[in-house]
Amino acid sequence: MTTAIRPQPGPAREYHFPSFERRLLPNGLTLLVAPAHSLPVVTVLAIVDAGAVAEPSGQEGVAHLAALALNEGTPKYDGEALTEYLERLGTSVGGSAGWDSASLAMTVLRDNLENAFVHFAEVLVTPTFPTAAIERLKGERIAELMQIESEPRELADEKFDEYIYDVTSRFRLPLGGSKQSVSNLARDEVAAFHASRYQPSATTLIVVGDVNVAEVERMVSGELDGWNGSVVLSSKANDKPVRTSRAVRIVRKEDAPQSEVRIGHVGVPRTHPDYFSITVMNAVLGGLFSSRINLNLREAHGYTYGASSSFDWRREAGPFVIGTAVASDATVPAIQETLKEIDRMRAEPISDSELSLATSYLEGVFPIRYETTAAIAAALATLVIYDLPSDWYDSYRAHMGAVTVKDVLAAARAYVHPDSLQIVIVGDASAIREPLEALAFGPVDVVNP
Amino acid sequence: MRIPIETFRLGNGLLVTLSEDHTAPIVAVNLWYHVGSANERPGRTGFAHLFEHMLFQGSEHVEANEHFELVQRAGGTLNGSTWLDRTNYFETVPSNQLAIALWLEADRMGALLPAMTQQKLDTQRDVVSNERRWSVDNQPYGTWWEKLPALTYPDPHPFHHSLIGSFEDLNAASLDDIAHFFATYYTPDNAVLTIAGDFDPREARELVESYFAAIPRGKGKPALPDMSLPTTFGGTVREVVKDDVSLPRLYLAFRSPAFGSSEYYPASVAGAILGMRKGSRLQRALVREREVATDAAAFTFDLPKGADILVVDVTARPGITPERLEAEVTREIDRMRLDGVTQSEVDRAISLIGTDFVVSMQQASERADQLSRFATYFGDPSFINDQMNRYRSVTVEDVDRFAATRLGEDNRAFLMYVPRDDSENAESRDTAGTDAALVTA
Repeated sequence: MTTAIRPQPGPAREYHFPSFERRLLPNGLTLLVAPAHSLPVVTVLAIVDAGAVAEPSGQEGVAHLAALALNEGTPKYDGEALTEYLERLGTSVGGSAGWDSASLAMTVLRDNLENAFVHFAEVLVTPTFPTAAIERLKGERIAELMQIESEPRELADEKFDEYIYDVTSRFRLPLGGSKQSVSNLARDEVAAFHASRYQPSATTLIVVGDVNVAEVERMVSGELDGWNGSVVLSSKANDKPVRTSRAVRIVRKEDAPQSEVRIGHVGVPRTHPDYFSITVMNAVLGGLFSSRINLNLREAHGYTYGASSSFDWRREAGPFVIGTAVASDATVPAIQETLKEIDRMRAEPISDSELSLATSYLEGVFPIRYETTAAIAAALATLVIYDLPSDWYDSYRAHMGAVTVKDVLAAARAYVHPDSLQIVIVGDASAIREPLEALAFGPVDVVNP
Repeated sequence: MRIPIETFRLGNGLLVTLSEDHTAPIVAVNLWYHVGSANERPGRTGFAHLFEHMLFQGSEHVEANEHFELVQRAGGTLNGSTWLDRTNYFETVPSNQLAIALWLEADRMGALLPAMTQQKLDTQRDVVSNERRWSVDNQPYGTWWEKLPALTYPDPHPFHHSLIGSFEDLNAASLDDIAHFFATYYTPDNAVLTIAGDFDPREARELVESYFAAIPRGKGKPALPDMSLPTTFGGTVREVVKDDVSLPRLYLAFRSPAFGSSEYYPASVAGAILGMRKGSRLQRALVREREVATDAAAFTFDLPKGADILVVDVTARPGITPERLEAEVTREIDRMRLDGVTQSEVDRAISLIGTDFVVSMQQASERADQLSRFATYFGDPSFINDQMNRYRSVTVEDVDRFAATRLGEDNRAFLMYVPRDDSENAESRDTAGTDAALVTA
């Protein structure tokens, strides 16, 4: 009834990442335009060198708050009127901040682009940051932090970062700031952060979709020609680990039915020359569904719904972390299996079959990742934020395909450090503390959320 | 924008939809089986979803976990999901890998049972139990998506019981259940197959015929009990849940017209006016102006049989009591019900819905999934091309009529989550106790 004969693939059709053009405007603003005409949609994305690592000390969270508050009013319109006008055009303009940059984004139907862009430009360049709006958004951020205290997944992520980085590192605190730092932020600090960091020379405007380069140039020049400013220096985060010996922290959540487990340490910067071999190594270790850690913890043992590993890529070294959620009584066995997989990854080469699974996956999904204007714009933003060469995406698949079994072993040995692994668990301390101490992995402490 | 559509049916009843688009060299394969938790028998809650997991455990010519591996090795993405009334399985692959995706789906539709073992079932039961802990039990407000259907669809309506299931029922599932469920529901005449993206239609059709045509038609499935329900709950329904949450949150549901019916579109627009984006009524009034909520949204479950629900979901700001939150939300609902909406609000909603629709159609996987949805529910995937016209024809009067007839006190279900520590204060309200649905007319 069904056939045992497995079909073989036909010849692959050629694929090229959408071509884009770069323009430098007289005021220092960079413009990247990628025409893509399949549907009448356009994404506009401004990338500004105004991420959390650029925050003045003591103002943690100001980057996030400034980006969020951009659309709360301009000299011409208050926040409500802006929202109303844009939503009637079927779009909204939303700001957010990452570690290395802030962004302002909108996706709009082609026919509404020009009208919407007038407001996009206003919001980017002349936000008024009304005090009432700033105070409301601070309140919402504090509410969000309260929510995280009772949400084990995000809590584990936050507590892990806090546990592994040096006491003076910005990476210790959440991207959006802590309760204390956000409470202390003043409206004028938000405005000052914008005034100093949101400069044309520190901004790249990315436009992707049903447009041509000349019309975008005209539209952007028309709205942003008068935007002048000074040069901004990039900031550099302290990415040092707080300790290099193994240690375990339990974040107390009484009666939790599961332990949210994070295992890892400070990783490597995005621009690392071994990026490709690290990516393939991670895919085999825990990046794919068919990775060693997931097949072991989920499919062989049924300990979890899922387990994965990742390198959080930033300009400076973000965390390398393995994450999973397991029933409390499976906490120690799941950690032991994970440690075994880490050791195996470093002890012996992966098989040719594992290598080809990872590389053919990473090469194959490449065109699937860039179907939408928003995804193409985000990919171009990556080039900007990490200062990658323009042909990065054209050569991506060749680089991925060139990674060898030897490279993967070398990456595992160089960038995964079993002796300095840190473990953070959000879970039922009374049930898991003793078995964790008995594991003798490292000193165990217990804290409240 | 029109999505191109070509359909044909195999002799065994499998309805196939092809939708060509050569923008990128990728193709999406998407199968909907017309079975969900609604089809479970008593004592087997969660079985449809557990069964979905078993479909990734191999079939006659595919080893355990090989399904995932083969698709990923082909450079593709994949998954499956279970809902109240359907289960879907999908892959997006480079276009030269279409054959392997179809072959894998055909092998498990045609010959799943030879690969089923007790050990695989036991492991997936553990995996699903952990999925339940992760997504429901150890997640703030995580029980809402089993409590709200239970509150709004009266027992024994097929949508009443839990989709993820109880530990007890999951433990009771056996290999016999697997065999029976497979024979009853996983048949070509109870499925639709969609292929969207970069393919040659003649070649795709040949592949579908060669892999699927020999799979025998099913023997028919047991009819679901009558799904129809009165247009309202006939009262106000309440449940208060003490949970490990930091802030109160209200899920307020209204019984609403079935997905795809002509009354559905005004209901959907009403939902967008209430809760879609920052310019919606709840966000403007409760988040921005009165600062009593941190977030607000509205959505429908999109169920095409019997009745749907429209859900408003609002989280309190710190310091705002559940009583205040409920009063503020109710005030906005009453305002819409009594005073109606404006043309400008309808325009805003339709404009946002229209952009979202075009944006979502950029992805082959999304086109395929929507085509499968309309093929499964209405037997006609081309309904996708009517959707925006149906939204654009919604008038102020249509929305007002929906609000007047469906947003009243005779049609409200309040599911309120309160922080465990504060719940003593919250109990001063008129609803005593927890875990009890009590109806006050």
